[in-house]
Amino acid sequence: MRRKISLKPITLLLLLITFVSYAKEEGTQGEPKNDRAAFVKEYIQHHLKDSYDFGLYSYTSDEGEHKHIGFPLPVILWDNGLKVFSSSKFHHGEEVAEVGGNYYKVHHSKIYKVDGPNEQIIEDEHHHATNEKPLDFSITKNVSLIILVFGIMFFMFSRMAKSYTKNNGMPKGMGRFLEPIVLYVRDEIARPNIGEKHYKRYMSYLLTVFFFVWIVNLFGLTPIGMNVTNNIAVTLCLALITYLITTFSGNKNYWKHIFWMPGVPVPMKIILAPIELLGTIIKPFALMIRLYANITAGHVVLMSIVGMIFLFQNWIGSSLSFLLAFVLAILELLVAALQAYIFTVLSALYFGMAVEEHDDHH
Amino acid sequence: MGKLFEDFSLGLFFWQAVLFLALVFLLRKFAWKPILDSVNDREEGIKNALDSAEKAKLEMQNLQADNEKLLKEARAEREAMLKDAREMKNKMIEDAKAEASESASKLVAQAQASIESEKKAAIAELKSQVANLSVEIAEKVVRTELSNKDKQLQLVETMLAEKSLK
Repeated sequence: MRRKISLKPITLLLLLITFVSYAKEEGTQGEPKNDRAAFVKEYIQHHLKDSYDFGLYSYTSDEGEHKHIGFPLPVILWDNGLKVFSSSKFHHGEEVAEVGGNYYKVHHSKIYKVDGPNEQIIEDEHHHATNEKPLDFSITKNVSLIILVFGIMFFMFSRMAKSYTKNNGMPKGMGRFLEPIVLYVRDEIARPNIGEKHYKRYMSYLLTVFFFVWIVNLFGLTPIGMNVTNNIAVTLCLALITYLITTFSGNKNYWKHIFWMPGVPVPMKIILAPIELLGTIIKPFALMIRLYANITAGHVVLMSIVGMIFLFQNWIGSSLSFLLAFVLAILELLVAALQAYIFTVLSALYFGMAVEEHDDHH
Repeated sequence: MGKLFEDFSLGLFFWQAVLFLALVFLLRKFAWKPILDSVNDREEGIKNALDSAEKAKLEMQNLQADNEKLLKEARAEREAMLKDAREMKNKMIEDAKAEASESASKLVAQAQASIESEKKAAIAELKSQVANLSVEIAEKVVRTELSNKDKQLQLVETMLAEKSLK
């Protein structure tokens, strides 16, 4: 119980440390308010993006040098052959990296190919880089978190599974906490939505996606600032798996309801078929956007309010912002679990539709 | 929408797909299957235990009912046996009584009969003895009496006197 209480202030403290260093820097230089607002905005946008090194925080030293605290991650590129190098070569995006005669530069958290060591990214009128982009399979900050969550989940649940065999079919330790959640997913999400007959086939996916999204969302709330689920690539991947499972487990009844809706007149059947077909794609698309948008919005709002603390720079405004940020952080904790729940429930619902057997007319 | 496409990172998609699918399959083998199986086993076990407890309860009730029935039967049997025994006892007593009285009366009758016959025999013997004695006495008397002439005459006279007196 004591440990739980003391964790929250520490988390908040760490969250603030990131910004305190900026506040100091800004305070001494006495920048105008607009610059600070622009800085906060830029910081938030930077935070929402992936990065090639694992930055914990950065600051500007007294000599005016930009310092980054963190460690580099491996960059893996496919550009006429596999190229693997450390992200430290980019010097946090400030320099051009030279690998095997090719030159790469980071621009808006993406790697572009440049012609020489002193070349710059060429932008068009919409501020889009026109340089060539190599195929990028780097272990970015987000990928490293996915690997971390992979490890945590495997460790947690394989240990839980072992405790059952060691303890005569009863969970032990962490398993006691996790078992009700696993059973909740089984009894409240999978069983009612998919049905008693088929739910067992989908349990592995539903449980994994539930815990994965939940844990990843929780990591997004820690001050190390990794937001896996606010990348459209991640949510697209998850939604795509749901879509593929739904499509491939669809039975005769499911396809009949899509292409030749029973119980409606023939002209309606013809009108309904493309709508229903589109619906099968819209459903997972909505899943993808819902998770992405909820987490991104949460992060933007939370960070904006934290940023307001430094914009106000007076006792009343800053403390009110702090209070608001605190309340919002708690709300985000709820959202983290809620989005995992919604994603799992809707996936289960779609699987349920695909395997539904009884011939009901709607 | 344009921003979404711009933000899309193929590398991240690739790693997410690979790692997530690997996680699903690894966890299915090492976690979800054993966990769900043991939970299932446990639930089955609890269900079976409850069922068998219910069954045992029913059996117990049946057994109790049987016991009650047996007890009742046994009681009835005992009652019947007691009644029989009592009846038999009474009958035996009565029979014995009847027999006893019968044999007693028979004995009495026999005794009476033998007494009668004994009496008759005794009387008959007595009569014959008395007759013999009388004859002997009479002989002796006659012999002595008739040895003396006077006495004979006296006797005749006495006897005659007696006859006349009568």
